[in-house]
Amino acid sequence: MAKANEIKYLTAIKAENRPKKYCRFKKMGIRYIDYKDGDFLKKFLNEQGKLLPRRITGNSLKFQRKVSTAIKKARQMAILPYVTDLLK
Amino acid sequence: MNNYELMVIFTPVLSEDEYKAAQKKYESFVKDNEGEVIGTKPWGLKSLAYPIAKKTTGLYWVMEYKAPSSFNEKLKIQLLRDDNVMRHMFTVLDKYAVEYNTRKRSGVQYSETEKAGA
Repeated sequence: MAKANEIKYLTAIKAENRPKKYCRFKKMGIRYIDYKDGDFLKKFLNEQGKLLPRRITGNSLKFQRKVSTAIKKARQMAILPYVTDLLK
Repeated sequence: MNNYELMVIFTPVLSEDEYKAAQKKYESFVKDNEGEVIGTKPWGLKSLAYPIAKKTTGLYWVMEYKAPSSFNEKLKIQLLRDDNVMRHMFTVLDKYAVEYNTRKRSGVQYSETEKAGA
């Protein structure tokens, strides 16, 4: 009878515990996301200038929507590009 | 009387005093129609993220004002008629935005992430 600790698994048990993501706006108490602030909004864009999804930015739904509207306004006013390569 | 923010991109061809004259024109237009200009912030010549109307730079200008809701239509007609204006955008400011703008204008320094608007 194989005892519990003798059981060998084919692949290692995935037990990496990465830090819990948090919504930076709730934690910092930020209430308004300014569309004029290009370099802050760049944190939510990937290299091509596309919006990062919530599961990566860790934002709550309410602030992810505010960020996306702010980015779209910034794109309209040519503060942020619609599409580029190597934005960072 | 709600708060609005107007951002305008002028063609870079404008000379310094034409740029100032255009700003004054719109500011006075707001004041004539019982609006009230809270603050203006000319950014000056900045490079655009993508070319607009074949130009890669533009003269940015931001104006924050308080006006009755019927006023924006008149201002829009003025902006569309003016050919120095490449692009303009109105934004309605809620109370957090107004508080953010007043703090930004008072020049209180914050850490980088805070600057986004605490």
